[in-house]
This record gives sequence, structure tokens and C-alpha cells, in this order.
Amino acid sequence: MNVHYHSYDAVVVGAGGAGLRAAIELAGEARTAVLTKLYPTRSHTGAAQGGMCAALANVEEDYWEWHAFDTVKGGDYLGDQDAIDIMCREAIDAVIDLEHFGLPFSRTPQGRIDQRRFGGHTRNHGEAPVRRSCYAADRTGHMILHTLYQRCLAKEVNFFNEFQVFDVLFEGEGANRRAAGVVAYEMATGDLHVFVSKGVLFATGGYGKMFKISSNAHTLTGDGPGVLFKAGIPMEDLEFYQFHPTGIYGFGILLSEAARGEGGILRNSDGERFMERVAPTVKDLAPRDMVSRAIHAEIKAGRGAGPKSDYVYLDLTHLPPEQIDSKLPDITDFVRTYLGIEPKKDPIPIQPTAHYAMGGIPTNVEGEVIVDDQNTVLPGLYAAGECACVSVHGANRLGTNSLLDIVVFGRRGGKAMAEYVKNVGHPDVPKGAEAKVRERIEQLKAGTGSEKVGEIRTTLQESMTLDASVVRTNESLTDARKTVEELKAQYANIKIDDKGEVFNYDLTEAMELGHLLDLAHGLVVGAQARTESRGAHWRDDYPTRDDQNWMKHTLAHLEQDGSIRLSYKQVVAGNYQPMERKY
Amino acid sequence: MTVTESPATPKADKAKELVRVHLRIKRYDPETDTRPRWQEFEVEMSPGDRVLDALHLVKWTQDGTLTFRRSCAHGVCGSDAMVINGENKLACINLIKNIGTDLTIEPIRGLEVIKDLVVDMEPFFAQHRSVMPYLIAHDDPGYKERLQTQEDRDRFDDTTKCILCACCTTSCPIYWANSEYVGPAAIVSAHRFIFDSRDDGAQERLDILNQKSGVFRCKTSFNCTEACPRGIKVTQAIEEVKRAILYDRV
Ligand SMILES: Cc1cc2nc3c(=O)[nH]c(=O)nc-3n(C[C@H](O)[C@H](O)[C@H](O)COP(=O)(O)OP(=O)(O)OC[C@H]3O[C@@H](n4cnc5c(N)ncnc54)[C@H](O)[C@@H]3O)c2cc1C
Ligand code: FES
Repeated sequence: MNVHYHSYDAVVVGAGGAGLRAAIELAGEARTAVLTKLYPTRSHTGAAQGGMCAALANVEEDYWEWHAFDTVKGGDYLGDQDAIDIMCREAIDAVIDLEHFGLPFSRTPQGRIDQRRFGGHTRNHGEAPVRRSCYAADRTGHMILHTLYQRCLAKEVNFFNEFQVFDVLFEGEGANRRAAGVVAYEMATGDLHVFVSKGVLFATGGYGKMFKISSNAHTLTGDGPGVLFKAGIPMEDLEFYQFHPTGIYGFGILLSEAARGEGGILRNSDGERFMERVAPTVKDLAPRDMVSRAIHAEIKAGRGAGPKSDYVYLDLTHLPPEQIDSKLPDITDFVRTYLGIEPKKDPIPIQPTAHYAMGGIPTNVEGEVIVDDQNTVLPGLYAAGECACVSVHGANRLGTNSLLDIVVFGRRGGKAMAEYVKNVGHPDVPKGAEAKVRERIEQLKAGTGSEKVGEIRTTLQESMTLDASVVRTNESLTDARKTVEELKAQYANIKIDDKGEVFNYDLTEAMELGHLLDLAHGLVVGAQARTESRGAHWRDDYPTRDDQNWMKHTLAHLEQDGSIRLSYKQVVAGNYQPMERKY
Repeated sequence: MTVTESPATPKADKAKELVRVHLRIKRYDPETDTRPRWQEFEVEMSPGDRVLDALHLVKWTQDGTLTFRRSCAHGVCGSDAMVINGENKLACINLIKNIGTDLTIEPIRGLEVIKDLVVDMEPFFAQHRSVMPYLIAHDDPGYKERLQTQEDRDRFDDTTKCILCACCTTSCPIYWANSEYVGPAAIVSAHRFIFDSRDDGAQERLDILNQKSGVFRCKTSFNCTEACPRGIKVTQAIEEVKRAILYDRV
């Protein structure tokens, strides 16, 4: 195993929307390397469909304050309101920036950026749905990802493609640590690369692959959070994981909320529009947690469709065919491809699908990673995008607020890091900093174990989808916790088939599974402790929100012995006081 | 709408209707093989599953050394282009029930094989970069969005869909014969900007594509259009670029 050493001012880990947006700020300001395990354009930002919200008011009256209110309420009052204000205010510039970078937004007849309705986004504090989501057909994420990548090419950003980060480096010990770089594994050669750098920004995306039914890519395995968790950095609000109501039945592939924004309707096996009962004002455009639970309730009440009565329908059959072709071309193609049905004629079988991590690496509004309930910053360490928790989404993210989050906080993180690296010296990293990673790889390849990565992962995914998803109880979480703890023990004893150096995905999948297990562990322990229902975290045994005891962020700490310890951190209050969440 | 009966039978009861799938995969391990070899596998799966699921079944239950790229698993990231039963396809958008239970799988052609189904994509991305695939605009729009009519936006809609999977370029006989040729995917990327009303870089790109490795290498074989998993009219885009060069018109 060869080892190479590099020296940079700034390292960005991940080249999805958040990483690329940060890189654009860093380019020309600091010597920067962008490390990504996938070619940038393969990142899962490209899968985002519906849009990105900003109160441009291009098609109807709107204000960023309304957007902020919806975000606070949608997040069930767990979001930090200082961060939410920043995001909603800067949203407008962020969209304009993207347009200037060349993003081909869909346009109004007047040639302005068009906007459409989306779940939970309302006019004047909940009066009615508002047109706030800027979009490019139903491939907004694809356009964002490609536009940002194109901008990076124009700015000659330095990419290390198919370099997978396995570890983070620090200078100093304990409370005096500062970021000092990363250790990466080069897929094409199996060589290790030590990147010594003053600043490190993690933008590695989500970890939806801990669930069986999921809208996430195979590669969304929580590498950034996983690496930092192991390095003693707590993870915030892991128990808040979003299940999107409309995944293609059996596959989990996402059908964007844009389908309902354009007028699509959810129906149970009787053909009833059940969301009318649950959310009389906004109906099918209620926030995701509510819709997913409503679907769960329909199925439980025996009103699910199909041979196993385990799905409901998304009905687009009443929409004009031209509207489907121009506004929802990709997702209707997914339905044709995977279910073999014509969505213009037949209603689409759907079920909730694991979708988005509200929790992750705790950061402040500058993207700086914080390590305790006092908001202490670890110098030089940054995070942005889905892997981070600012927290703008609180207990439940509104649709279109993640694409927004990644560009607003990607930009802020990149800017802050560019500033930071100008003012500090180069860190000292002793030779042999890669030893831990090297040992781990050698140990995996020496292969004394007997457990298979694929089997452990499948068991984890099944258990998490069954026991720790849309509806949870103490009992189900006890089961999930037991399973995860057993799997962690088995994981210590895994074996891989591929002992080679070149493109050893067998090895990288084994590393990724370790992250999924640790994060799943944090998730179930946090969820079991939280004896209330808030946003995406629903406890059948504690079905109300408990602001008295639980209006606080969870910080999960991974201890040396592999156990999880919890502490809590205050929510930042603001203009909007908690009230009952009705739509 | 009436939904008294299930109109669709989506992946109904998995266990009930498993089929045996036979895979013949062209393999090459640079650390042990001197040339490629064929290996056969059998897996059991639902006919509603993807070719990608078959490859995963092999990798996760039989032979962990089988190597291929993939990520999104629904045709949007462009990772898993391969030759399936003789044609360039994405493994993740082709279902067993449509493509059959006998699968012959090889790496895409025209790019050097590194291991099994993984090829060296760098020459492909270098060609993409060579056409300046980014907005070049000399105006100063200030703090406002630029306006663009719906017609102007539609003008280049088709070519914005490209996911850089390389299905088109590696199905092109001209590209196989001469890897200097910039190839259909790079031309599609150039087209996306040449016909964008906001862009001022058309002439520079057309000059690049007018060179000897450029657009006039294309002999209109249509392989690219057939291979595109996004349904982009690739040949038409290439023709439009040719015309723009010949008639100096965008
Ligand atoms: C199907 C789908 C539809 C969605 N639709 C919308 C929508 O309409 N609106 C909205 O606001 N949000 C939407 N979302 C959510 C949103 O798309 C994501 O949250 C967001 O794109 C995440 O961006 P990111 O930059 O944080 O991560 P990603 O785009 O996932 O990028 C992660 C990057 O990290 C890299 N990486 C990971 N691990 C490592 C490692 N160990 N070493 C090196 N690199 C690594 C990867 O290569 C990749 O480049 C959707 C999500 C899905 C799944
Ligand atoms: S895995 Fe993304 S296109 Fe097939």
C-alpha cells in the first residue's frame, strides 16, 4: 500500500450541491482540494426533483418571513430560528446566484423564474398554499448539481475523483484539537493519501441506506458523520429522520411532492381522498411527517390497496396530459419503468420511503462544527449539506428546503473556511498519520472473520424500516436497538472477498457499513430516550409534543466502548412561539 | 376515479414468483488476469427487479470481487452504463421481466477497462471539459435574474437532461475507431450552452467543434440516439451544431 502526502489550505470532502457550492467560494481564495468518492455529477443532489424554495414573489405575493414561519412550524419548533431566518432571507440571493451561474429554471410567460406550490409552504402564516418553489421541470437537483459542477470547471477547481475519505486528522488533543486534514483511499490504485490542510469541510450527504425502503442512493452511507462520530464529535438530532410519503411501492424511488403541488391527490383503497380528513386546509400538501403518518394510519385501518393492503395511491389521472409531460416528465417515466403502468391512466401505488436526515454533524450558521451543548467550535472543522445539522429543519424538513440549505450553508461554510485559513498557520501532522486506516484495511483483508457485509446490512435495513421508521414505540425501539447492537458485534468479525488493490468496492462497502451501524445506533438510542412525538419522530406510546421537557436538541456521543451517551442542547428561540401544528 | 381493484400488480408478492437469472459477465482483474475472461452466475430474483439488483445479488451473496460502479439505482446519476446483451444500457433502469433472464454483460467499449465493468472515465470527462461546458455571459445582470422566454428556454431543454453516463459516446463506431473524436456526449454538452439565449460563448465552442476531432467526424449512424437512456435526440443536437457552424447561425 503506497502512501502519498499532500498539503492544502482547504479540503472539501464531497462534491454534491453543498461541497461544490463551498468549493466555488474557496476557488481562487485558498489552495483547495475537493475529494469525492463519486464523480461529482454522480452525487445524489442530482436526484432531487421538485424544487428549491425562495420568496421571490415572482408569481404571487410572498415574503421571506412567511417562509421562515413555515419552516419553523414545519420543523415542529425544534429548528434554530436564527439559522432559519438566515436561510430564508439568503434564499433569494441563492436562487439569483444559481440563475447567474446558468441554471436553466422553468420560466413564467414573462420570462421570470417560475414558482410552484410545495408541501407546508403557505401564504401569510398558514392561510393557503403559496407558490414559492423555484424549479426546472422535475429535475431541479440535476440542474443544480450540473450547474455548480460547471461553475467549478470554469473556476478550475481541483478535484480528486473517486477518493474516499476514511479518517479525519487533528492537531492537538482533547479540547485543544484543531482540524489538520484527512486520510483518503484512492479507488483506482488502493493507495492512501494523507491530505494535510488547515481547514476541512465535510459535505458527504445523507445516510438513508440504513433503511430498506429508501429514496437514497446506495452510496449514501453517512461517511462524514460516521468518521467524526468515531473521532469523538457528537451527532445532533439523529432520531429525526424523514420518511417521504410517496415512494414507488416496493422500490422506494421518490415521486416528488411536486406531483401533489401540480394537483395530484392521495387516495386509499376506497378511492377516498383521506388527506381531506387529516389536514382540511392544505390537504395533500400537508408536511411530510403528517402525510406519511396518515398513510400509515390508512393502511393500519385496513384501507390500504393491493394484495397485502400495504400501499395507497397517488392519483394524477385527472391532470391534463400536457401538464404531466411538461412539469413531471421524469417521475412519470420512473413509474412507467419500474411499475409498468401509465400514470396518465392509472393511479400509482406508493408507500412512505426513508428520505432525509434532519440530524447530523452539529454546526453553527457559519458551518463551523460544534462539539458540545455550549456551542464550542472545533477550529478548522466545517460541515454543510445533508450531513450537517444547523439546525434549520428541526424535527421535520419542508420540501425544497434542502436544496436551499445546501446552497446557502455550502456558500457560508466555504466563505468562512476561506477566511479562517488565511489567518492560521499550517498544522503539524506527524508522519504515519495514516497508520490507523492502514491497519484497518490490512485487518479486513487478512480476513479471519466469518460475517458477510451484505447480510449485516440487509438485517440492519429491515430492522430499521420495521422498528424505527414512521411510527415508533418503546417496544419497537428496544427491538431495533438490540438488533443494531448485535450487528455491531458481528461487524467486528466481518470478512471480505476482495483482497485486491484496484477498485475494491468490497472493502469500501465494509467501511461504509460501519458508519451506518454507528449512526443507526445513535438514532435508536436517541429515539428511545425521547418520550414525546415531534415532527418526524412519532411515538405511539407518547403521542403528544412535550415542550416542557423536550424542546431541546439531542447530542449523541459515541463512546470508546461503542456505547451511546446522550446529552442535550438548547433550541434557539426567535419570533415564533410554539403552537399546535394544524394545517 | 374508482379503485375497487388493484389496477397494477407492482412487485406483488416477491417470494411467489422468483425467476432464475443466468448472468455471463466479462471479467478482468488487472492484478491477476492477463486478459479478460467470462464467468457465469445464477441468481434467483423477482422479474420486477433490475439488472443492477442481479449484479448486487452476485456481489453480495456469491462473489464480492465482482466490480461495477453504481449509485442512485434509478437512472439519474449515470454511474452504471454497461453493455447488456449487446447494447449500451444503464443496469438500474432495465428490469428482468423486460430484458429476459439470460444476461450477457460487458464493460462499455472505447474506454480502457480497469477492472471488470469499471472503465477509465477520465478521457471521457476530459472531452466534456474541452467544450467549455459552463455559462459564458458577458453582461452584468446585477442583483436580478436574467429573463428568458419559455421558447428560448425550450430551445435547449433536451440537452440539459444529459447525465454524462457515456452510453452515447461509447456506442459510436467513429469513437471506437478514433478516441480523439470529441464524441456525442461532449457535443450534447456544448449544444446545451450554444443554444442558451443567455450565453455568449457560442463562437468559441463552435470553433472548438469545427476542429478535426470535432463534430464533422460524425457520420450520423444514430447509435448514440438509440443508446441514450434519457431519450435525448443526440443525433439531432449534433446536426444542429453542424448547421450552426456551416451557416454561422445559432
Ligand atoms: C430522490 C430525492 C429527491 C429530492 N428532492 C428534493 C427537492 O426537490 N428539494 C429539496 O430541497 N431537497 C430534495 N431532496 C434532498 C436533497 O436533494 C439532498 O438532501 C441534498 O441534495 C444533499 O446534498 P449534499 O450536497 O449534502 O449531498 P450529496 O449530493 O448526497 O453529495 C454527497 C457527496 O459526498 C461525497 N462523499 C460521500 N462520502 C464520501 C467519502 N467518504 N469520501 C469522499 N466523498 C464522499 C459523494 O461522492 C458526493 O459527492 C431530495 C432527495 C432525494 C433522495
Ligand atoms: S445507478 Fe445511477 S444511473 Fe444507474
